[in-house]
Amino acid sequence: MSAAKRPMVARERGDFDRRNADWYIDRLVQGLVFLGGISAILFIIGIFVFIAKEGLGFVIDTLDLTEFFTSKYWEPSDEEAPEYGILALIAGTASVTGLAMVVAIPFSLGAAVYIGEFATGKTRESLKVLVELLAAIPSVVWGFIGLSIMNPLIIELFDVPVGLNVLNAGIILGLMAAPIMTSIAEDALKAVPDRYREAAEAMGATRWQVIYKVVLPAAKNGLLGAVLLGVGRGFGETMAVLMATGHSVNIPTSIFDSVRALTATIAAELGETAVGSDHYSALFTIGIFLFIITFVINLLADLVVRGVRKG
Amino acid sequence: MVSAQSAAEAGQASPAAQIKIAARDVTISYSGVAALSGVSLEVREHEIFGIIGPANAGKTSFLKALNRMDSFTDGMRVEGDIQFDGVPVSRLRNVYALRKRIGVVFPLPVGLPMTIYDNVALAPRLSGIKDHAELEVIVERCLTRAALWDEVKDRLSSLGSLLSGGQQQRLTIARALSQQPEVLMLDEFSIAVDPVTTMRIEEVLRELRSEMTIIMVTNLVQQAERLADRTAFFLGGECIEVGHSSQMFAGEVRDERTRDYIEGKFG
Amino acid sequence: MFEISALNQRNKKVERLFRTLFLMMVLLLVLPVIVILATLIIKGGPIISFEFLFTSPTDGMTAGGILPALIGTVWLVSVALLVSVPLGVAAAVYLNEYAGNNWFTRVINLAIINLAGVPSIVHALFGVGAFVIFFKFGTSILAASLTLAIMTLPVVIVATRESLAAVPMAFREACWNMGATRWQTIRRVVLPNAVSGILTGVILEVSRTAGETAPIMFTGAAFFLPYLPESIFDQTMALSLHLFVVSTQVPGVPEALPYGVALVLVTMVLIMNSLSIAFRVYLRGKKKW
Repeated sequence: MSAAKRPMVARERGDFDRRNADWYIDRLVQGLVFLGGISAILFIIGIFVFIAKEGLGFVIDTLDLTEFFTSKYWEPSDEEAPEYGILALIAGTASVTGLAMVVAIPFSLGAAVYIGEFATGKTRESLKVLVELLAAIPSVVWGFIGLSIMNPLIIELFDVPVGLNVLNAGIILGLMAAPIMTSIAEDALKAVPDRYREAAEAMGATRWQVIYKVVLPAAKNGLLGAVLLGVGRGFGETMAVLMATGHSVNIPTSIFDSVRALTATIAAELGETAVGSDHYSALFTIGIFLFIITFVINLLADLVVRGVRKG
Repeated sequence: MVSAQSAAEAGQASPAAQIKIAARDVTISYSGVAALSGVSLEVREHEIFGIIGPANAGKTSFLKALNRMDSFTDGMRVEGDIQFDGVPVSRLRNVYALRKRIGVVFPLPVGLPMTIYDNVALAPRLSGIKDHAELEVIVERCLTRAALWDEVKDRLSSLGSLLSGGQQQRLTIARALSQQPEVLMLDEFSIAVDPVTTMRIEEVLRELRSEMTIIMVTNLVQQAERLADRTAFFLGGECIEVGHSSQMFAGEVRDERTRDYIEGKFG
Repeated sequence: MFEISALNQRNKKVERLFRTLFLMMVLLLVLPVIVILATLIIKGGPIISFEFLFTSPTDGMTAGGILPALIGTVWLVSVALLVSVPLGVAAAVYLNEYAGNNWFTRVINLAIINLAGVPSIVHALFGVGAFVIFFKFGTSILAASLTLAIMTLPVVIVATRESLAAVPMAFREACWNMGATRWQTIRRVVLPNAVSGILTGVILEVSRTAGETAPIMFTGAAFFLPYLPESIFDQTMALSLHLFVVSTQVPGVPEALPYGVALVLVTMVLIMNSLSIAFRVYLRGKKKW
């Protein structure tokens, strides 16, 4: 029987190394998905190139960068002497983001600890779902809430003339950022190996001692990453701050002052400017600035989180 | 069986015995860490070639090198020369064609998450067979030869990944057979299988020898003794010796370490 | 002995204190949203009717319905998905199935993180500079959808990647050893087992895309249009932008109207997300291995 088989095998000997359709299809698909893979890089570069294209000429020819960063007067539509100072806008963004973090950091970290370390089974799953749903509410809806619910509430509670201010936008932004920060922070806690917890519990530590002495220090980098991403989120948020800050150029001295954010300025003014005008280019210059800032924040967050993975 | 054994013995004397796979000075490393160094051996057509040795001896790496899985494994590097039917595998233009000729069975059974039927029909389908009647014949034949047909013939449409361990291992063998391989490589196939199934699979292998070349890595010395015509002993990334099983397990060894391993002094 | 038990008592108290404290934080996080949703329902609910959903705005957008905005959102989301789903799935397949662990892969990952992190208004500027002006699409559904697609690409990539990574390596190896090419393995074994996870991600992306406002403001969405879009080169109204417009730009809008729009938008988004979550939970319950 084996002798009968042999000639057939012998005929095929050494003849199998041919590239067939399957081989070429595989190569083709590999090329196609590679294009998908590099598209993310192309888009990031594209974003920078196209924003720079509209803004950079203006930065080089017209804009006084010192004035841009140090003047608190944003008066682009002044016909005689337009001024492009974004100091007040930076102050607006920073104050709102700062307050948002004051609100969001304790709540999101606390919620992450409860969901990740205390809650179990169904409670934990339901809370996670709830947090996920919170993160899904669109920013324009948050802005509307600031405008229509928070505004009268703040006026009444604090007896101030205007309720669209740092406090309003800060709380709104805090509520927006908290769910995302909670999810990332919870991931960071989950990344701490269970054997750490078991080892500490075996030594008689209570749940809280385990969390405080073991889990939180071990998850430190991931939690910092969560905070950084929250900051990035706050910095870049547009619709909510446009609607809830009061949108007046102002360096705030109290949380009841109205301010204006960098992002909101672009959103509010881009529609009124002529393509190629100084005002238009100035808005793109703000875009370059925002791009660089958020790029750096994201890079930092990534490095911080990666640090914990390596360790 | 007697005739097969005598044929294998005669093989050494007569140069006419076809060499299926020839490895010369094969060295394998993972990201610079050596797993196998300087292994040379030949596998002849229609023999069961056993590879024994303790863990980390480089047995599995050797199998991976034979069917060029190094090109799909991060950091794996193979040096030296491996020839399949006289063709150097390192210079293949289409590694998939080589792999189609080599069936592989893993230590842990892998039933793919599709129906039992689809599991066995996958390889023929990949080769372009679409005809239902033809596929059915192949599926039945392979499952029968893997001693699984009677157990699953009434539920061919249930998930292959939900069979018991022993059944999944036979399914894996059926799947390997559906490629119509010239070489069947088994890597410690009995690790996750009960003794009864192991015996049944061993019986299957004896029958398959007339149709294909079988390379069997095992950590059970007795299994090699029962099945293999010739056996290689791997230790610490080296091939210590290759010999006829009948002689090797009778104590005719060239290296004391082989004797120690066979007698169970380490490993 | 007494000292130890006293310590235990104290520890237990501390533990309970912290437990309660953290629970409060979760509740304080959730509570405002429940209040907000309740307010939306109470104030916006009464205006929701068949007529509200299926007629056009009238009287300078101070009355009538939201039909053009709803249809516009469907247009924007559909076209965006047509671009981002194939691209995102391809990117995820490349990253999970082909890419090695090297610097190039890290650069791609970083690009994806940044794509998700760049402010939406910067995406809008890109959309204006690239699609509206450079590629001369004008302010159109095409320009707006492309902007949305690029912005939400990371959602598809991340979800697809996760579901691809959940398919055990052993399945791929079994298939490769049978002589299947990488692509045959992906098509026959990996994708069929990941497709439901990918779908979960796509639903999530629909929800994200539908809610975005800033990226479409200057690229294709209009405050008010008397007609419905007929092709991807038309402008369109959109639900998210409509909420912004009726709540800030139009004088004399009755109070219930923006609440109604917000309620529709939130309901849409939450249904999508719940669907995606429910689907995920369902899939977890019916594992195939």
